[in-house]
Amino acid sequence: MARVFGSSIKRREDPALVTGKGKYTDDLHLPNTSYAAIIRSPYAHAHIDGIDTSKAVALEGVISVFTGADIQKSGIPGVVPVGWLLPDMKTPPHPIIATETVRYVGDAVAVVVAEDRYTAQDAMDLVQVEYSPLPAATNPQKTTEEGVSQLHSEAPKNIAFEWEIGDQKETEEKFVDASHTVSICIRNNRLLSHPIETRAALADYNSSNDQLTLWMTSQNPHVHRLLMSLASLGLPEHKIRVIAPEVGGGFGSKIAHYPDEAIVSWCSMQIDRPVKWTSTRSESNLTDAHGRDHVTQAELALTDNGRILGLKVETYANMGAYLSTFAPAVPTYLHATLLSGEYDIPAIHCRVVGTFTNTTPVDASRGAGRPEATFIIERLMDLAANKIGLDPVEIRRRNFISPEAFPYQTQVALQYDSGNYEGALKKALEIAQYDDLRAEQKRRHEEGGKLLGIGLSTYIEACGLAPSAVVGSLGAQAGQWESGEVRVHPTGTVTVYSGSFSHGQGHKTTFAQIVSDRMGIDIEKVDIIQGDTNEVHFGWGSYGSRSAAVGGSAIALSVDKVIEKGRKLAAHLLEASEEDIIFEDGSFFVQGTPEKAQSWDDIALQAHLAHNLPPGMEPSLNASTFYDPANFTFPFGTHLAVVEVDPKTGMVSLLRYIAVDDVGNVINPMIVDGQIHGGIAHGIAQALWEHVIYDESGQLVTGELLDYALPKPHMLVSFDLDRTITPCPHNPLGVKGAGETGTIASPAATVNAVIDSLKPYGITHLDMPLTPEKIWSAIQESMKA
Amino acid sequence: MVKISINVNGKDYEKEVAPRLLLVHFLRENLRLTGTHIGCETSLCGACTVLMEGKAIKSCTQLAVQADGASITTIEGLSNDKLHPLQEGFWEEHGLQCGYCTPGMIMASCDLLEHTPEPNEQEIRHGLKGNLCRCTGYHNIVKAVQYAAKKLPLPSSIGDQ
Repeated sequence: MARVFGSSIKRREDPALVTGKGKYTDDLHLPNTSYAAIIRSPYAHAHIDGIDTSKAVALEGVISVFTGADIQKSGIPGVVPVGWLLPDMKTPPHPIIATETVRYVGDAVAVVVAEDRYTAQDAMDLVQVEYSPLPAATNPQKTTEEGVSQLHSEAPKNIAFEWEIGDQKETEEKFVDASHTVSICIRNNRLLSHPIETRAALADYNSSNDQLTLWMTSQNPHVHRLLMSLASLGLPEHKIRVIAPEVGGGFGSKIAHYPDEAIVSWCSMQIDRPVKWTSTRSESNLTDAHGRDHVTQAELALTDNGRILGLKVETYANMGAYLSTFAPAVPTYLHATLLSGEYDIPAIHCRVVGTFTNTTPVDASRGAGRPEATFIIERLMDLAANKIGLDPVEIRRRNFISPEAFPYQTQVALQYDSGNYEGALKKALEIAQYDDLRAEQKRRHEEGGKLLGIGLSTYIEACGLAPSAVVGSLGAQAGQWESGEVRVHPTGTVTVYSGSFSHGQGHKTTFAQIVSDRMGIDIEKVDIIQGDTNEVHFGWGSYGSRSAAVGGSAIALSVDKVIEKGRKLAAHLLEASEEDIIFEDGSFFVQGTPEKAQSWDDIALQAHLAHNLPPGMEPSLNASTFYDPANFTFPFGTHLAVVEVDPKTGMVSLLRYIAVDDVGNVINPMIVDGQIHGGIAHGIAQALWEHVIYDESGQLVTGELLDYALPKPHMLVSFDLDRTITPCPHNPLGVKGAGETGTIASPAATVNAVIDSLKPYGITHLDMPLTPEKIWSAIQESMKA
Repeated sequence: MVKISINVNGKDYEKEVAPRLLLVHFLRENLRLTGTHIGCETSLCGACTVLMEGKAIKSCTQLAVQADGASITTIEGLSNDKLHPLQEGFWEEHGLQCGYCTPGMIMASCDLLEHTPEPNEQEIRHGLKGNLCRCTGYHNIVKAVQYAAKKLPLPSSIGDQ
């Protein structure tokens, strides 16, 4: 049988999805369904003086209107929790419906339940909420200043936490001895994850057995069940069933436990009917957790020949109005620990201040912390190269951690297990024909006209967070292992239950490839089940590029256990000793007598009949694994962007984008490349177009696609991809993770390219997104000077 | 309520609808054809794209009553037992990941190939700029449409198979 591990086989998910048969949450329909519409604060910060629901209740077709007071009266806990605790962190409660104060535009104040969605929308307009507006704070740094409006009495100066990593004294000393220093002030732009499917929930509470079934747009249905049981609803965990059907993308925004799914579930409990809620696009953009939004000051110290001596970073991270589920981890453990990049840096110190503002809560968005870190170090590398007069390639080479240095202990906690950074860089430069590009750039600079820019990002990623004990010691109120159960049926077909949850990544294909390859059976005999808390024992879900490395490894280890049981049974049936049994291409046989082989069909049937099992062996053939990896995984690579900038208009055109990534072993190259394509597009968009903007009163002014520039097909190019393969040394598949590499590497590569093109104007940094207006203005300023 | 006559995927319907009912809700909720998705309600993302009289339209900003007397093709009506070349192309070339934008993307591509049977990359990218995808970076969507274009001529009366 052809090896299916490593093959670009077509996705089994697709026939349903290309014919309109895929069922997403809003596609599901239950008899007697009612529709919820959530009324949200139009103010960023205000006291709620009163809510009059009488007119809405009187409207024909309205079933009920509930406020936060009704939730309180019902006796449920009624708050959404934060799932990552840092030392001395302030954790003000986040009620699922506000009762006294609203703290961001979009904060829920009431919910209408009606017979149909149009009536629910009509009724929203009839609910009268009286507000007394308060001053708002939106900037993550300025929110800490004297005289700024305070969001929570628990959090003086609007500070949620102050956190640091690395040796401050040693780092400061490095700056004393430095021949060169370069510094940068960065506003890492706030983003929307913006999956094309908005968030939705369909709750069905059955009062006869106190069972809640909730279909929802989730990347991690077991986490949602756990948090609804522990915090928001307080229902016994075994009485909640969460099902994630097809989910139309997540990019981090469907990890968090939001008030909305708790509100909808609670409504179903009140009216004893199914309740559906589907957010509108503007509602999703107001309430889905946002990403990034850092204000960072960073400085790099170097020797005269460009070797890095030390790095210091201070970041103010906008947490928004409340702490979202995993928000505190993003600017700390997912950000500051990546600051060493691919470089041997003797001393690093980073201080992070997480702050409250009157904006939508900020949490993981594709890349989560790591794009921000990569941006800092990769921008500084270019600034340093300029200052010292080195090529950006050369300064990186001088500072790379050498392949012999692994495992490499960084100064910011992580221990990189493997890497070959020169290998990926070399390949990228060859594909780009780097020297020719530089020659072309020189020619253009001499001749005038459109400018050419070349930008590099030699990045590292840490994903597949683990092991659980370490993650717990850092503050996670969650484990980071994953479950994988393999059930072999009596006829030899296989069903796999995985705690990962694919929301576009194609696990039903790749996980079946793992099983088929390892068991030596036809892939058509393997099915993958995910996304239903009643079917899968437990799972922490899919985010942080963890599904293949952690979830896939759990499945692989379960397959190994099934093979071991099969080997024992085969030895017994063949009257041989276990050591003499060879397992090859799905058959068990004694050396030299392959004609008497026991196939999986034979073994599976005998295991279930249990007529002739070895002494002490239990019937059936299945195995479960709860796999807790030994370490993170560390994908890395080189991305190279080539841009053209028109100095007359400031317009940037992306000419080429080259990515050489090392994500370890590759299960399905087609799917991995697809993940990287999407990640690159996402990161280029951060660099050039996307920006969530709040005005000073806390109004979101980019809440619709008219104002928020999600990339369209003609704004991008086809990407040149290649890879190197350095297998992960500590998991059974040697895989690392591919979902976020593109988003982590590409903002820095793109911005470095644009700034490189602007060298003739002496422009050394511009904040993302690099809009034509921003570039044009900078050119004008430079020409005045 | 207003009575409308509408042909969807080759089948005639006579329905009483509210004047304000959006075409996309009519398709999804009255006819239970949930393959047509909603991503933005403002004509900007294209997830709701269907063909009206063979021309791609955004069904989230059309009223059902505006489709009175019209013939509509949705993703469900694009093929019967055999996949349409575009459906095949999206599958072959990994032109989809989460699949949410895919029905709209395919319907818009139908219109594109009807007018530009042999599009180059730029024509595909410009032809699909009313449809957003967050997963693929459009790289493989371009290839998917090119794949289908090679299989031209497309059926001239899509949906009447």
